[in-house]
Amino acid sequence: MDLSLSEEHQALQAEIRAFIAKHGHKSPKLGGGRKRPDQKTLDWQKTLLEHGYVGRTIPTEYGGAGRLPDVMEAAIIASEFAASNIYAGLTNQGVSMLVPTLLEVGTDEQKRAYVGPTIRGDIIWCQGYSEPGNGSDLANAQTKAELKDGFWVVNGQKIWTSSAHYADMMFLLCRTEPDRPKHEGLSYLLLSMDSPGLDRRPLKTMTGRSEFNEVFFTDVKVPETQIVMGRGKGWYVANVTLKHERSMIGDAGKVTTRLEQLIKLLSTTEVDGIPLIRHAGYRDRLLRLQGEVMAWKAHNLRLLTEAAKGIDSGVKRMIIKYGGTMLGFRLSSLAVDALGAAGLPFESAGEDAEDDDATTWNIDYMYDVGLMIGGGSNNIQKNIIGERGLDLPREPKVPTAAVAGRV
Amino acid sequence: MEFGLSLEQRQFDDSLRAFLKDHLPMERLRVLAEPGGGFDEEIWNGLTALGLHGLIVPERFGGAGLGLLDAVVAAEALGYAAAPVPFAGPMVMAPLAFMLCGTEAQQDDYLPLVAGGEARIAVGFAGFTGQTGNASVARDGDRLSGTVTGVMDAGSATHVLVFLTDGTAAVVAAGDATVICHRSLDRTRPVADVTFNGSVAEFLTSANDPIAAARKVLDAGRVILAADSVGAAQTMLDRAVAFAKERVQFGRVIGSFQGVKYMLADCVTTLEPCRGMIWYAGHAQDALPEEARLTACHTKAHVAEVTREVARMTTETHGGMGFTDLLGLHYWFKRIGFNRQMLGGPERCREEAAALQGWA
Repeated sequence: MDLSLSEEHQALQAEIRAFIAKHGHKSPKLGGGRKRPDQKTLDWQKTLLEHGYVGRTIPTEYGGAGRLPDVMEAAIIASEFAASNIYAGLTNQGVSMLVPTLLEVGTDEQKRAYVGPTIRGDIIWCQGYSEPGNGSDLANAQTKAELKDGFWVVNGQKIWTSSAHYADMMFLLCRTEPDRPKHEGLSYLLLSMDSPGLDRRPLKTMTGRSEFNEVFFTDVKVPETQIVMGRGKGWYVANVTLKHERSMIGDAGKVTTRLEQLIKLLSTTEVDGIPLIRHAGYRDRLLRLQGEVMAWKAHNLRLLTEAAKGIDSGVKRMIIKYGGTMLGFRLSSLAVDALGAAGLPFESAGEDAEDDDATTWNIDYMYDVGLMIGGGSNNIQKNIIGERGLDLPREPKVPTAAVAGRV
Repeated sequence: MEFGLSLEQRQFDDSLRAFLKDHLPMERLRVLAEPGGGFDEEIWNGLTALGLHGLIVPERFGGAGLGLLDAVVAAEALGYAAAPVPFAGPMVMAPLAFMLCGTEAQQDDYLPLVAGGEARIAVGFAGFTGQTGNASVARDGDRLSGTVTGVMDAGSATHVLVFLTDGTAAVVAAGDATVICHRSLDRTRPVADVTFNGSVAEFLTSANDPIAAARKVLDAGRVILAADSVGAAQTMLDRAVAFAKERVQFGRVIGSFQGVKYMLADCVTTLEPCRGMIWYAGHAQDALPEEARLTACHTKAHVAEVTREVARMTTETHGGMGFTDLLGLHYWFKRIGFNRQMLGGPERCREEAAALQGWA
């Protein structure tokens, strides 16, 4: 057990602290769900890129800082930003999913065209995965693309497409080989959201905003070269993407930041002239959460150490999404309760502006429910934990004839 | 940075677990649980060979000179086996009390006996813990009078060490006190009422800040009990997972039902982070003085809450069999219950955490 940092890592920590002291005031506000990055966010992203705090391990020819991968460095950067309540850079699907995928399996041309602009925030991506009939069963995607005269012609529908209403590009999982078995019939295409025949319809969510969309494709033409890897390789590429998503360190920064915000909120909100933190009921809830966050942070240190050694953490990693989103919800729930009746006025300033504190907490509180559902719902996570983590048997397959609606 | 157990710690863990597996099959556990004295000569002597008794005793007194993290590793293994071994008091809190509060001569008198397994010193508190029951002990010259209830690890104790309200530690030979030992809910460990009637005591008064020293000993005990519960809960989870893979109902093994699968997923999702937490808390007692108290309080409380639910859900997974005596699963259920109440329950520990942060 050694929690001390090496000299290099101490120097990095000191460097980031100095950076935050000097530039931290320029950081956009945290929380409030997913938004199109505004100018303030883009400027901040540029500053972070210049200092190598984002895009750190991306080769310089593609716009990154070209450093060697070091999970400790990544963790130090994340924890310093979290501890100071400072925005740690864009974490949209382009940055966290598409870029690592292209770096691993894309052509040099694709990397040059997309990696730099994506990490700068100039290109916003959306992920064309889920369909109305195929949410959790991703490999069953039915949106099809046929090759005609040098173009993929795409027809079908996607749903729950985050950010599609303001995205510039989409990475799309679609069926190009209908005669092959389901996992071998998919391809991974990159296309412009301005393509003729592509229709995006925002889905207004419970937050009052439109975080998701339906996307309809009617003979949408995509140049033949806009395929990643090749025909029938879509499932493989999608799994490369998922692998990168999974290999991201289960970052305890978010719950740490939230807990700090919560302590402040309970210390400054008064009822009957007494701060909530001195009311037994609120205080005990806060303390329970503090204990949970403490366990979560220790767990993440454990994962971090294993990742640095190249050890597969198995079930310890599989619990991160489920456990983390539930903990996040319990934290935002207490915030909403601490705001109480005074926090009920709710007017979102829209996607491009910062909201007041109460609205931000309420959006986070609702958005947390969305996070439990999205990205592999928590029930799917529990299947994964049970089946892959604990080696419990799968649910038996139901004979097709017995499926409701197909009898 | 490296957050985890060293190779030596893992080897020690392996050998301790192997020893307990060999020497404590379920039939043996049942035999020892009947009198419920929480002690077995053969296991105790075997643990001497493994170096458990002197784990945290400094090397110059014949111990291994290791830290509380090592004791956490041992406690988890003991909890996993539901071992009737008086560990938290005699092997952790008592030697720590001597190291913090005793003179060099007092340490020299007692610590080699602790390390050799000859002295088993139960530890009680008149105050500090927030335990229910009675705790009122007063000093009169070199003598001690009063009663402390709810003392653990006293079934085979050679001595009792009690912290007075001013933080003074007093050591009394078990024969000079009245130790009434009750079989407890947890038949692997008894609970005792200790009464002093003008008993001759040795007072340990060398601590600069006696109250801080008493709390440090208490915190160490709390972290050890939390580690014991993590081990006990892990046994219950392992057994529930194994059972869920074998038991067939409606033509399917029950582990394929999501109702069962999700309970077990909840168990692992909440229990696994507790392991990191006890390691961190053990390490904090050794190396992070500013965080030591807060992590000890939170670890005791959080682990108690998680393991209660794991104990409940894993018992439920076994269906009616889980409720019977036949499987013996209840020994671990009760062990978790014992640890929860001892040295302050979660509500008390959280209140202490609040006070530490100026919120109370």
